[in-house]
Amino acid sequence: MMREGRVPEVEFEGVTKRYGNGHAVLEAVNLTILKGEFVSIIGPSGCGKSTVLKLISGLTMPSAGTIRVDGMTPKNARETVSYIFQDATLLPWRTVRKNVALALELEGASSHRREEKTSALLDLVGLGAVADAYPRELSGGMKMRASIARALATNPRLLLMDEPFAALDEMSRDRLNEEVLRLRAEQKWTAVFVTHSVAEAVFLSTRIVVMSPNPGRIYSVLSVELPRPRTAELRTAPEYEELVGHVSHTLREARAQ
Amino acid sequence: MKQKLITLANSVAVFAALLALWQIVLWVFRVPPFMLPSPWAVARAVGRRLPSLGTAFAITGEEALGGLLASIVAGVAIALIFAQSRWIRRMLYPYTLLLQTVPIVAIAPLILMWVGAGTASVTLIAFIISLAPIIANTTQGLVSVEENMVHLFLMHNASAAQLLFKLRLPHAVPSLFVGIRIASGIAVIGAITGELYAGSSRVGEGGLGYSILYASSQLQTDYLFALVLAATVLGFSFFFLVMFFEWYFLHRWHESARTPEVE
Repeated sequence: MMREGRVPEVEFEGVTKRYGNGHAVLEAVNLTILKGEFVSIIGPSGCGKSTVLKLISGLTMPSAGTIRVDGMTPKNARETVSYIFQDATLLPWRTVRKNVALALELEGASSHRREEKTSALLDLVGLGAVADAYPRELSGGMKMRASIARALATNPRLLLMDEPFAALDEMSRDRLNEEVLRLRAEQKWTAVFVTHSVAEAVFLSTRIVVMSPNPGRIYSVLSVELPRPRTAELRTAPEYEELVGHVSHTLREARAQ
Repeated sequence: MKQKLITLANSVAVFAALLALWQIVLWVFRVPPFMLPSPWAVARAVGRRLPSLGTAFAITGEEALGGLLASIVAGVAIALIFAQSRWIRRMLYPYTLLLQTVPIVAIAPLILMWVGAGTASVTLIAFIISLAPIIANTTQGLVSVEENMVHLFLMHNASAAQLLFKLRLPHAVPSLFVGIRIASGIAVIGAITGELYAGSSRVGEGGLGYSILYASSQLQTDYLFALVLAATVLGFSFFFLVMFFEWYFLHRWHESARTPEVE
C-alpha cells in the first residue's frame, strides 16, 4: 500500500473542457490522483465537479489537455472503472439481485460466477434479505446500496461517485459513509467522490479538492490527516470539527473568487 | 369491499333505469318496433340468433386481432428504426401522422379495390388504422431512457445489442402497452368499418359490420341492436385482454400497473 501509494491512477494535464458555444466548464486543470487515495471534489454549483468524473470515465472528451487513467486513455481504462450516479440508476424491471448482476452480465461473466459474486455482494452491503424485491419496493438508502454493490461487482480499481448520497436523509448518509470506508479498507480501490457536503468530504477523504466556478478551476487541495480506521465517533472529535471548519472556510473563499 | 359492492349496485341500478326509460319511451310515443325494438325484443333476438351472432363476432374478432397483432409487430419494428436517430424521426414522423389522420372510411374502398373483398382486406384496414399509436408510443419509450442509464451501460462496455435488448426495449414496454391499449380499440372499429365495404362471400353471413348492414337493409332492427351489442362486447373484450396482458407483464415492477384504472 505504501509503495503503491506513489503510483498515479488518474492524471489531468492542462485539461480544458468547453461546450459547443465556447463556454469553458473547466480550464487548465492539473491534478494527479494516486492509487489508493480517496479524493473528494467539492465546490459551488457550476464549477465542473461532475464534468471531472465524466472526463475520467471517457463519457465526455476534453477540449484540450490530456487525461490518463492507469496510464491509458479513459475509454481503454473503463474495464477497471465503475461509476456510481446520484440516482441509483437501477433498472426497475429487474430484481435487486439481477440489477447487481447487470455489470457482470454486460461484461460477459459466466452465470455461475455472476451468481456467486452477486450473492456475496448482496450480503456485503446488507441487502441479502431483499435480493428478490424490485427497486420500487426499496428505500432510497437501500437503492443506493444496490447501486454500490453493482459497481463493485466487476472488481473495479477506480470508483467514480457523483454525489451518490445527496438525496438521502442524514442518518442513511452517515451510515453509508461508514460502509463505504469499510468496503474500501477491504477492497483497496481508489475513489473520486463528488459531493456538496463538507462533512462528508472530510469524513471520507485522504484529500479534498476545492474548486472555484466560472470557469471551473482547482482552487485548493487539502490533505485530511485524520486517523484510520474512521468510525462514527470521529464525527464528534475536535480535530474533525476543526477540519470541517477549515474546509468550509476555503469553500467560501473559492466561491467568492 | 363494501365500497365496491355499493359501486356495483349503483351501476346495476343505472342500467335498470336506462332500460326502464327505453321501455317507457316506446309506450308513450308508440314507436313501431322496426324503428326501435323493446329491450325484451333485443334480448330475444340475441337468444334466437346466437349462432349467427357468434359467427359474426368471431369473424370480426379474428380480423381485428390479426390487424392488431400485425400492427404491434410492424409498429415495434418501425419504432426501432425511428429510435436510431433524431434525423430519421424528423424525416419520417410526418408520415406516421398522415397514417393517423387519413380517414379510414375514405381509403377503405381503395384497399378493397386493390386487395379484393374479404377477410384479408378488412384485416389490412384494421392494421393500418391501429399502426400509428403503436409507432408513436413505442418510439417515445425507446428514446426516453435516462442519460445516466445509458452511461452506466457504456461504462461496462455494453454492445449496441445489449443497449437495445437490456435497456431500451424493456424500458419501452410500458409505453408500448399504452399504444396497444389505444390501438386495440381502433382495430375493432377499423375491422367493422372495413366490413361495411367488404361485404361477404355468403348472403346474410359475415362479420359484425356486414351483418349490421344486412340487418338494417332487412329492417331486422332487433337483430341490428343485438349486433351493436355484440360489437360493444367485442370492443370491451379487446380492452380487457390488453389490460390483462399489461398487468401480467408490468405489475411486478411498474407503477402504472398496480391499480388498473379504466379510462
